[in-house]
Amino acid sequence: MQAPDLFEETFFSLSANKSRSILTILGIVIGIASVITMISVGQGAAQDITGRIESLGTNLLVISPGSGQQAGTIVRGGAGSAETLKISDAEAIRASVPEAELVAPVVNSRKQVIAKGQNTNTSIYGIETNYFTIKAIVVENGSAFTDRQNTSRAKVAVLGPTANTDLFGEGFNSVGQKIKINNQEFTVIGITQAKGGTGFGNADDLIYIPLNTALQYISGSDSLSSINVQVSEAELMTVAQAEIQDLLLQRHRINDPANADFSIVSQADLLSSLSSVSDTLTMLLGAIGGISLIVGGIGIMNMMLTTVTERTREIGLRKSLGATKNDISWQFLAESVALTFIGGIIGIMIGYLASLAVTKFSGINTNITMSSVLIAVGVSGLIGILFGYYPARRAAKMDPIEALRYQ
Amino acid sequence: MIKCIDITKIYNTGGSEVPVLKNVNFEINKGEFVAIVGPSGSGKSTLMHILGALDRPTSGKYFLDNKDVSSLTDEELAQIRSQKIGFVFQSFNLLPRSSVLRNVSLPFIYDKKVSRNERQAKAEKALLAVGLEKDRWQHLSNQLSGGQMQRVAIARALVNDPDIILADEPTGNLDSKTGEIVLETFRKINQEKGHTIILITHDKRVASFARRTIEIKDGLIVADFKN
Ligand SMILES: Nc1ncnc2c1ncn2[C@@H]1O[C@H](COP(=O)(O)OP(=O)(O)O)[C@@H](O)[C@H]1O
Ligand SMILES: [Mg+2]
Repeated sequence: MQAPDLFEETFFSLSANKSRSILTILGIVIGIASVITMISVGQGAAQDITGRIESLGTNLLVISPGSGQQAGTIVRGGAGSAETLKISDAEAIRASVPEAELVAPVVNSRKQVIAKGQNTNTSIYGIETNYFTIKAIVVENGSAFTDRQNTSRAKVAVLGPTANTDLFGEGFNSVGQKIKINNQEFTVIGITQAKGGTGFGNADDLIYIPLNTALQYISGSDSLSSINVQVSEAELMTVAQAEIQDLLLQRHRINDPANADFSIVSQADLLSSLSSVSDTLTMLLGAIGGISLIVGGIGIMNMMLTTVTERTREIGLRKSLGATKNDISWQFLAESVALTFIGGIIGIMIGYLASLAVTKFSGINTNITMSSVLIAVGVSGLIGILFGYYPARRAAKMDPIEALRYQ
Repeated sequence: MIKCIDITKIYNTGGSEVPVLKNVNFEINKGEFVAIVGPSGSGKSTLMHILGALDRPTSGKYFLDNKDVSSLTDEELAQIRSQKIGFVFQSFNLLPRSSVLRNVSLPFIYDKKVSRNERQAKAEKALLAVGLEKDRWQHLSNQLSGGQMQRVAIARALVNDPDIILADEPTGNLDSKTGEIVLETFRKINQEKGHTIILITHDKRVASFARRTIEIKDGLIVADFKN
């Protein structure tokens, strides 16, 4: 049997039973569309996470106190309660790691903050001015504090927009107002631009104060919560990480790196561990869609088995005309593959529209990748072969004489 | 052209062996118009299935063009059916919801020798040979009368010039008048185109349209004569 004949026969058979063909195709359409949509939601989430991590700053190394932090566990967050990282460590890095372009020591803790009787619990970040540069934080109203204010331990604060709203109300320009942190009175000198985002990486619900002020009036020690290091070039990240590691081990008098009382996490580590999480999410969502695809495939098998039985005499006739087992097999296989293929194409289009709708109506970011489309096409073809094979073999194996006699 | 030597067919039903054909011997030459006649259950269809390469005998040899068909593989049998045999069935076996022309062209799908652009002309020639009116050619097969359907089936059997046309009770579903038209069609094809025709029937009147009759009873040939 030649390809054009196979194509024509398939077309004739499927159009002879239009409503049944359409219903069967519909099963595959739903399956493929849900796979495409689900995966696009997963991929969208992955894209979100990547984007947010990149917005945290570029070429960034974060040194945290405390030991045993592996890349896989950083998602837990909130590490750094150990008091092993000192301000002198930051100065040492600054002095002897040439790749470290900016070194920003940070001390942060959650505190109760009061303003005009309003009360909120928020993160207080003690930072040096270079932190604004590393994190690309823009002060919208008022201004950021200066190095001199840091040195002089000035009691000034820059509010994140959420903290500003919580303390003073939406849109209030609080520059010049007084707030109380830890019973110390601070003057608001600036409000930062909103960075957006909720939960992880939210840079809006916090208050920045000078590092030295924080060490003296808030924490009362010289321990740091983290040191952010911006490396001059992406290629130097590993070198810088190794140098900082060696330096701090030496300073802390630790011989075995496994016993380190600090950990260094690079942006790349963060990305890879989070993308493994989002990959799992994508797979899970894809599997949910896959279930409806299998149901669609069973629909194909059901239809093909019915068709084979109904057309027993036709199969007998074709064999009497000289059709071989393979000819018959191919004919029915082609029908089921055609059904799934058409279903796959329509399913991709509907899946595409559905993921647009998800983004439009729920605000969840979605992303259709070429690979998910290719996988969908491949899987639908495979389902056609898989679920069409058994009915096709059954047709091929029929005894021509029995088939011709079938009533 | 056809040579049957000691053809035996035994069916095995539920442990007991039922002999249906018992040492059948005969020869049919090219261009003959033969009727195989016998009462119902005498083994005519079984014999036709062997002659048409749909089935193999339990023992004995069947030579078609000096080739032993009784020992071929399924694929080789399919090849023989495609190129040397045309079947006509009692119940027509046309594809419903398909046009007359498509039905007649169906055998080409399994015959690599005929190119796609030859097909239309050959199908039309076959339809002209069975005398089906031209205005019916585009009709769907299920819109035709019984006699017309059977002539379409004959055209289909004829279309890629097989050596032998095997017809199993071709008039069994037709009234006697349309039956005669169909039988005349066979006679005409045999005379004008020289196809070997083997007509299987239980009806001696139908058999009388052929030029030779082989009578079969209980799986044995009991008579073989010229009409
Ligand atoms: N597949 C089979 N299994 C068992 N017995 C069969 C089978 N096919 C035919 N027979 C038996 O063989 C005998 C001859 O059948 P058949 O050749 O169809 O006769 P005819 O066509 O002359 O009426 C019948 O008795 C029938 O029951
Ligand atoms: Mg019979």
